[in-house]
Amino acid sequence: MAALVLSGYCFLAGLLALFHRDAASARLGETARRAGIATFAAVLLAAIVLVVAAFNDDFSIAYIFHHSNRDLPAAYKFAVLWSGQEGSLLFWSLLLAGYGFILRLRYKTDQRLFAYASMIIASVQVFFLLILNFAAHPFAVMEGAVPGDGAGLNPLLQYPEMVIHPPMLYLGYVGFTVPFAFALGALIMKYPGEKWIQITRRWTMVTWCFLTVGVFLGAHWAYAVLGWGGYWGWDPVENASLMPWLTGTAFLHSVMMQEKRGMLKVWNMALIFATFLLSMLGTFLTRSGVISSVHAFAQSSIGTWFLVFIGLTLAVCSFFLVANRSHLKSEHKLESLASRESSFLFNNLLLLVVCFTILWGTFFPILSDFVQGHKVTVGPPFFNRVAVPVALLLMLLTAVGPLLAWRKTSLESIKRNFLFPLIGSVAVGGMMILFGVRPWEDPSYFYATVAAVLSALVIFTVISEFLRGGRVIAGKTQQNLVSAMIQLCHRNTRRYGGYIVHFGVALVVIGILGTPFNKEVEKEMGFGDKIKIGPYTLVCQSYTQDDNPNYGNEWAIINVFRGGKQITTMYPERRFYKASGQPQTLPRIYPSFREDLFLVTDVYLVYEGKNETTGRPIIKAHLNPLVPWIWIGLIIMVFGTIIALVPNAAAVRVAVTTPVREPAHVGAGD
Amino acid sequence: MKLCPMSACRWLQATALALAVLAFVGASDDSPRFKDLGHRMMCTCGCGQILLECNHVGCQSSTKMRDELLAALDKGDNDDLILQGFVQNYGPTVIAAPTASGFNSIAWIMPFVVLALGIAFAVHIVRSWKNRPEPALADGIVIPQGSELDEFRRKARKETGL
Repeated sequence: MAALVLSGYCFLAGLLALFHRDAASARLGETARRAGIATFAAVLLAAIVLVVAAFNDDFSIAYIFHHSNRDLPAAYKFAVLWSGQEGSLLFWSLLLAGYGFILRLRYKTDQRLFAYASMIIASVQVFFLLILNFAAHPFAVMEGAVPGDGAGLNPLLQYPEMVIHPPMLYLGYVGFTVPFAFALGALIMKYPGEKWIQITRRWTMVTWCFLTVGVFLGAHWAYAVLGWGGYWGWDPVENASLMPWLTGTAFLHSVMMQEKRGMLKVWNMALIFATFLLSMLGTFLTRSGVISSVHAFAQSSIGTWFLVFIGLTLAVCSFFLVANRSHLKSEHKLESLASRESSFLFNNLLLLVVCFTILWGTFFPILSDFVQGHKVTVGPPFFNRVAVPVALLLMLLTAVGPLLAWRKTSLESIKRNFLFPLIGSVAVGGMMILFGVRPWEDPSYFYATVAAVLSALVIFTVISEFLRGGRVIAGKTQQNLVSAMIQLCHRNTRRYGGYIVHFGVALVVIGILGTPFNKEVEKEMGFGDKIKIGPYTLVCQSYTQDDNPNYGNEWAIINVFRGGKQITTMYPERRFYKASGQPQTLPRIYPSFREDLFLVTDVYLVYEGKNETTGRPIIKAHLNPLVPWIWIGLIIMVFGTIIALVPNAAAVRVAVTTPVREPAHVGAGD
Repeated sequence: MKLCPMSACRWLQATALALAVLAFVGASDDSPRFKDLGHRMMCTCGCGQILLECNHVGCQSSTKMRDELLAALDKGDNDDLILQGFVQNYGPTVIAAPTASGFNSIAWIMPFVVLALGIAFAVHIVRSWKNRPEPALADGIVIPQGSELDEFRRKARKETGL
């Protein structure tokens, strides 16, 4: 409640202070800023109290009773904060207050713009604190006698990644509030120039990075916990996390056009507004229960609150976008279709079409219910058939875009820059056919081949860009090529960090394209029984059971052989959580890096249960080729983002004190 | 009519053979049609999984549905008939993606309509950008165009070794 009063004051006083420019208003604005800082302290205190209550097994608090129990391991007790609806809303609020705290400390960069941003963030903060105080109270007290033990945490959430995944995702969702606040503030005050973009650039990239990690950790959690052998099921909540990622990615690209060429100003505003609204929509989907999902861990009536807030935000954004549109006129004209500008435009278009497809598919069941009187399912077959072809076009642009120059690219340079990547990628396609992939036999093989060719094109494009720039620096500075390429990165971190991110994306696509080649076998296994799958032989050595205070479990001991040689032992497991009384499958995964470095395959074993008659375990074995590349791709994407966040090094000096010129590729520029 | 024992025996053998052949040529749970149809339907137990990906041991919905699918395939029904049968038994949500008929076809059409409209819009923007007059320049500044610009590019490449 104290946090609500403080953030309410921050919003109202901040708003009033912005109407006038006299000394009294400045003082009022300063009190608003301090109230915003104090909000963080109040929300942090509330979060600490909730976590301490979880550690102290204080089951007089309903939230702790419903999401914890005495024997829950300490790490999960900490994660109780974001395991249920009320706690995760408090966590949302805490992160927002944290972002606001940092922003309000750095207000001297541009006091008026920061005051607008602070006021807008406070308005979002007020919304969340209103819900926490009046609709989803995390400190609601249990009625009647205090229970001796809690109901326990949902077993699906008792997995190490669940301690990291939600904070990452929330840091991404909440983080987009900051560029949103700056954008809306800049629009309201008709902020001159593009400085607000420079101020928010790092915020946006860090936020995007968090969201990326959150989305991928979610996929990895689904892969490692749900036990169906896949990592992405086009579930509404998965979709909800992907949508702001897509618009955020579009914004990161198109904002460069505004910075460098003063173009796409309205578009960028619309994109950042959409990204923020889609982040809110994600929370709404997870929490409202309007669409059924395996990830919707809590369902309640707070959906109405979110709908009202989303509607209000949309109205405010639309109003200022229309009212101040004259402020957003482009400063330059497009000179050629073969230019970086047009590639960004089409990249944005495709990202938004994929985003629309996902939004449309997610909400179509509701529309169908409204129009036809019954819901229909919009599942993986729909998304795979519609979104995948558009995503492949996007990959093509990812490869082509970096080779195009700002303003105009000549045919000669296109030919020169594309020759090596094109030959390389066609060779990859040829090799796939040579190794037995028949793209004409099945649409999924066709898509896999096209995806492989395009991923190779992206990878070769990135390599050729590094080589070309590195050679120039190496020639001028007499360094070896590797040092020269590192220096190249230092000199334009944003550009080359971006290329590394593209490289990571290509690896992710390579990881996904193995899906059509997945294999699976299910078998009841007694001692010494075998499953033959691909080049692997799985032998059941034994099966047993165990018990600890939190759960009892059954597991099988499976030896994995390849070419007659044992390569590992795996322990697929099934747990029965005592407090919640729910079972949980825990698959085991063995990535075959030692056996196939590039064509790495996951051996994925699931203990599906026990045949009640024979008492023997039923094991489902999956062979999922290339999947590990997805997680490697993520690491590279994060690495690329970190590189892009590093400030550029000062211009390099050559021994004879002549400054080295920027390697002016025809495709130069960010 | 009296059936001789030898003939009856042959009939029995022939019937047994036919049944065995039918059993072997019929759908098995790894036949491509079984896999295809099983991936076009959802499990109805509430797990939100594709029918053949529901991994709950003893899941009454998916086990029963798999058996029904195998039976329908053995019966020789075509794909549409099998899917219709499932819709009648389990409701329209059993199909994993909207059908391409009636109102549901909008689900498939809309993304491509948006793509087409988006492309048209992007082309319109590009054309309007291209037709926009150049911004006014300070006195004395002339932006190189055509062959003059190409000459500058050539010099830049030569200088940077690219």
